[in-house]
This record gives sequence, C-alpha cells and structure tokens, in this order.
Amino acid sequence: MLPTSTWARRMAERALLAATRQLLERLGAGVTARVWRLGFASRFFLYMILHSGVAFRRFWLTVREIYFAGVLSLIIILVSGLFVGMVLGLQGYETLQRYGSSEALGILVALSLVRELGPVVAGLLFASRAGSAITAEIGLMKATEQIAAMEMMAVDPIARVVAPRFWAGVISMPMLAALFSAMGIFGGYLVGVQLIGVDEGAFWSQMQASVDFREDIMNGVIKSVVFGIAVTWIAVFEGYDAAPTAEGVSGATTRTVVTSSLAILALDFILTALMFTGGNAR
Amino acid sequence: MASPDVVEIENLSFGYEPTRPVLHGVSLRIGRGKVVGIMGQSGCGKTTLLRIIAGALRPSAGVARVLGEVVNQLDDAGIFALRRKMGMLFQFGALFTDMTAYENVAFQMREHTELPPDLIHDLALLKLEAVGLRGAAQLMPSELSGGMARRVALARAIALDPQLILYDEPFTGLDPISLGAIARLIRQLNDSLGATSVVVSHDVQECFDIADYVYMVSAGRVVAAGTPQDLRRSGEPFVHQFVHGEPDGPIPFHYPAPGYAADLDVGAAHG
Amino acid sequence: MKRITIDLWVGAFVAAALGALLFLALKVGNLAAFSTAQTYVVQAKFANIGGLKVRAPIKSAGVVVGRVTEVRFDNESYEAIVTFNIEGRYQFPRDTSAKILTSGLLGEQYVGLEAGGDGVMLKSGDRLRLTQSAVVLENLISQFLYNKAAEGKDEKAGK
Repeated sequence: MLPTSTWARRMAERALLAATRQLLERLGAGVTARVWRLGFASRFFLYMILHSGVAFRRFWLTVREIYFAGVLSLIIILVSGLFVGMVLGLQGYETLQRYGSSEALGILVALSLVRELGPVVAGLLFASRAGSAITAEIGLMKATEQIAAMEMMAVDPIARVVAPRFWAGVISMPMLAALFSAMGIFGGYLVGVQLIGVDEGAFWSQMQASVDFREDIMNGVIKSVVFGIAVTWIAVFEGYDAAPTAEGVSGATTRTVVTSSLAILALDFILTALMFTGGNAR
Repeated sequence: MASPDVVEIENLSFGYEPTRPVLHGVSLRIGRGKVVGIMGQSGCGKTTLLRIIAGALRPSAGVARVLGEVVNQLDDAGIFALRRKMGMLFQFGALFTDMTAYENVAFQMREHTELPPDLIHDLALLKLEAVGLRGAAQLMPSELSGGMARRVALARAIALDPQLILYDEPFTGLDPISLGAIARLIRQLNDSLGATSVVVSHDVQECFDIADYVYMVSAGRVVAAGTPQDLRRSGEPFVHQFVHGEPDGPIPFHYPAPGYAADLDVGAAHG
Repeated sequence: MKRITIDLWVGAFVAAALGALLFLALKVGNLAAFSTAQTYVVQAKFANIGGLKVRAPIKSAGVVVGRVTEVRFDNESYEAIVTFNIEGRYQFPRDTSAKILTSGLLGEQYVGLEAGGDGVMLKSGDRLRLTQSAVVLENLISQFLYNKAAEGKDEKAGK
C-alpha cells in the first residue's frame, strides 16, 4: 500500500529518483557507445577507401573475393528470384483479375521486382549469406592472430584483407540484384503466361511500355549499389572489430545480418522517397 | 648509429586502461646476437612487453629503443619500416589458413620485394628446409600438426632474414619431440642468421636450455635477471618457486578468501 | 581453389549479370525506343496542366512522339509553361494544337498533338499557340451538379 508517513514517502521518492537516474545513465551510455562505434566505423571506412589501391592494382585479390561472395551466392539468388517472381505472378493475377486488369500482370511483376524486390531481397539474401561469411572469416583471422601476424610483417591488413572483400561485395551486389530481377520476371512469365494463361503479347508489350530504363531499371541498380556498400561495409567492420573469441565472432556474425537487414530496409525507404516520388512534388 | 644493444627498455610503464597498469617501470637490455628469455606467470605482462617491442602498443611512460629507434615515437611508416627487420612467431603459429605452407613462407617476399618468382621459390624452399619441412610445402595449415605448423610459422618469421626475432610462447602445447625441435631451431637460426632473439615463455626447462640471459617478470616488474645457471642457483623466493615449480611460495596456492571457519559457519547457518 | 577455375566462374558470373541487365533493359524496359533519337524542343502554355508530370508522353494519333521535359509556372501570365522534346523525324506544322488528355478514364495524363494545316513546320524553340487545358475532375463534377440543379429549377419553374 502507499506509504503514508513522510519518512517512508521520502525513501520511496529517493529510490524512484535513483532508479530513473540509473535508467537514464544506462540509456545515455548506450547511445554514446553506439555513436562512438559509428564514428569508429566511419573512420575505418574512410581508411579502407583510401588504402584500396592494392585491391585494384592486384585485382586478382578482388576477383577471388568476387568468387566467394558473388558466385557462391548465385544459387540462392537465382532460386529465390524464381520463386519470388512466381509468387508475384500468382498473387498479382488473383488481385488484378478482380478488376479485369489481368493483362497488367507483366507491369506488376516487372515494376515490383526491378524497383523494390530485386535490390531489397537480393540485398537481404546477400547479407545473410555473403555478409555473414565475410564477417566470420575476418573475425576468425583476427581471433587466430593472422591479422596481427600480417601487421607484424608490415603488411596493412585493411588494405590486403578487408578492402578486396569490400569492393567484391560492392561489385557483386548490383549483378546479383539484376539476376534476381531477371529470374523473377521469368518466374512471373512462367506462372502468368504458361500456367494461368494470360496473353503473352499483352504481358510483354504492356511491360515494355511501362518500365522505363532510366527511371525504373537504373534506379534499381543505384539502389543495389548503395545496398552493396552498406552491407559489405557492415560485414567487414563487424568482422574486423569482433572480439577475438568464439562468442565474439558469433556475436559479430549475428550483428552483421541484423544490422545489414535493418540498414537495407531503412535505406530502401529513403531512396524510394528520393527517387520514385519526386516528379512534380517539388 | 650502431648501438651495442638491440633492445633497450628504460623505466617502461603501460596499462591497457589508465587505472590498471600492467607494467611498472620495467628496464631491460638485450644484447646483439643473444637469445634472451622473458619468463613469468600467465598475466604478468611478458606478452605485453613483447608487443611494445614490436611497436604494437604505445607505453604510457618510459622509453623503448629497438634497433636504434625509439619505438613509441615512430609514426606508422616508421613502424612498418622497423618491422621489416623483425620477425615474430605467434603463440599457435597464426599461419594464413587460405594459403599453403609454401605460400605462407613466400608471403613476405612477394609483398615486400621485387624478386623474380624463381628466386622466391628457391628462397622459400630454403627456409622450409632449415626447419625440416621442405616436403610439406604444398600442405594447407589445416593439414599440419601443431608442431609442424609452428615450424612453418618459424620459417615464415625468418623469411626476410630479420635482425630481431620475437617468440611469443613458442613451446606451448607441443609434444616433447616438437619441443626439442623448436628449441634447437630457435638457437640454431639465431646463431646462423647472426640475429637476436627474445623468447617469452613460461617453460623453464626449454628456455633455460637455449637462453643466454633470462629476465623474470612478476606482476609487471622485473624481479630477477641473470644467466640460467645463476637463476637455478638463486635463493630469491619467487625465482626459486618458479624455477623449481613449487606450488606454494611468494605466489600463494590459495586465492585470497575470507576465513575458512567463517565460510563454514555461514554454510551451517543455512543448513 | 585453382586460379583458373575462379577466373572462369567470375567471368561467367559477370557475363550472366550483364546478360540479365541487357534483358531487363531491352525486353523489359523501353530502352530500344528512345535513347539516341534526335529531338527538338517545343513549348506550350496551359491554363491548367492537371496531373501532367515530367516524362509524360507526347502523343499524336495515339503514337508516342516525344516526352515532357520541364513544367514551369510563369509568374507574369499565371499559366503553366510545359517544355517537351519531339522526335526529330516527326515534323509538325506551326499551328498544331496541344491538349492535355487522360489515358483511360482515370489513368495518367499526356499531351495530345493535333496537326494543323500550316505549311511552315515547327522549329526548335517554337511555342504552340493553341492549347487546351486538362479537365479537372472537381470542375467537371461541380459543373455536372450545377447543370443538374439548373435542370431541376427549370422543371419546377416549367410546372
């Protein structure tokens, strides 16, 4: 029950004040720690960009990483793209035919994929497959002192190990997104035209009339490049900053996937707002 | 400027956090051509000392002079230049897992020199031959046993004929045969290369066998120094306990705890 | 992994990605149509452009012949100035009229050109004299209601 004596009430107030103060302190500490870490990550990013010469002069290093990040992600990207396109075809048809516009299926599938689903879903898949692999690899190199050994041999590990992986991710992302979109449209075609029976001519012609190369396709490519930069930056940073223990590496891998996914979705909103609603609204 | 000592450390202090210093006013000298051991318990600061010599950490006070350069005042480029004259063997080898043994040894030559591939090939095999693993050149680190991996890492450390070789706990976790091999190699390579070696270890037997001089570190301070014979004969309590492996002495067996009777009484009260 | 195998796979990957991009650009998008065509600039003033956007099509007889490039407000005449590019191979007479039409009932708006009869053709930078503004839905509805109300009153008066 509520304390009625003044002494009890004052004790309760003091306890509440202390608890609130502790909560605020923890909140403040959490925020400052995150801001500090973001600052550190930014300096790391800048350093990596400035020391990327090796990654390009010895391009084989980057090519090797493109294999591990891009080529090995192909299967999951192509299969997912196909399924996403097929689902779009099914769901799209269900809704469109209610308004008699089933011939707009091509437009629906193409625009959804090229503008949004291609870059975003391919980005999420890339983050979970390639991003986590990169984080784990760099984190493990750190834990087994390979990074320290490289530093001791006067070879800059950021230039030699981190930068090639970063550029490989940035180069692979738009290619994977394009492949995802293409597979998706093919999947939509399979379901819409071959399975359901939408008119093939209308499917492609309406699509061609409505999908603009610069507005839709190039903007989709720009999105996937931005996502690639964000995801790979997070992946290499988390790996490089991981605590050199088993828990440290596993925590870093989880953080990579979670932070990358959130970053993709947030950036997607910002980019979509900038690109697709500008027009006359200025 | 030729200094008689390869490493000079004067009054060095260091702490990973300002409130918890790891090293307190350490002073030591390592002469050219010598194998010097730095020994002590786990956590006494010897690995930290090694990293300061390597230029990976900056001391909060004092001076560390390596190969004539004041390490804590060098910029990044200076440290990189200094490290080309040093080699380091890490605790478990730290071989690059995505390269073969041969590629590991050839790594520094490929990165830092413009030598033609044939010459690099011959030199790398030469180094591997020196540690007895020329036949394992095409194996990946995952296919090597612990001892073999350590030897390949040693070959990698001496790839560019360094003047100063640092060993971080080279004897940890090895079987007796590999132990003997590594210890002999450390001594042989030091003498044949005309280099100076610093061995951080807590393996008394092997270290005393090969070292010319040993520093004993405890709780961040140098508590004893001398040749292995001197230290074996020393009556100083900590040295005696360490060298002869006595469970109790200046380093107590029991972790500090309140009175035993008091703890049991508490138990009885709850029981 | 052997160096040659990796090179091969990465090369195949890049080739496939470029192929996908090409597929998207040509079969899915409309790149084949407009990119390198020669265009000339024409302007037109409208009292109300309705929902006309930049990049809206310019159509004549239902065929796309150009694109809107700029929409500005003229502070002196209080009208909208629309600038558009017309494909070079299509020549229109000077007295061509421009109307803002809607594709479908509620679709996006475009500019429809109806060729006039003048012998002289439009040059780059010319301005169309005859224009008809967009039909604003609210005005249509209010007009409809007003007409309905007027009819009702007439009927009552007539009775």
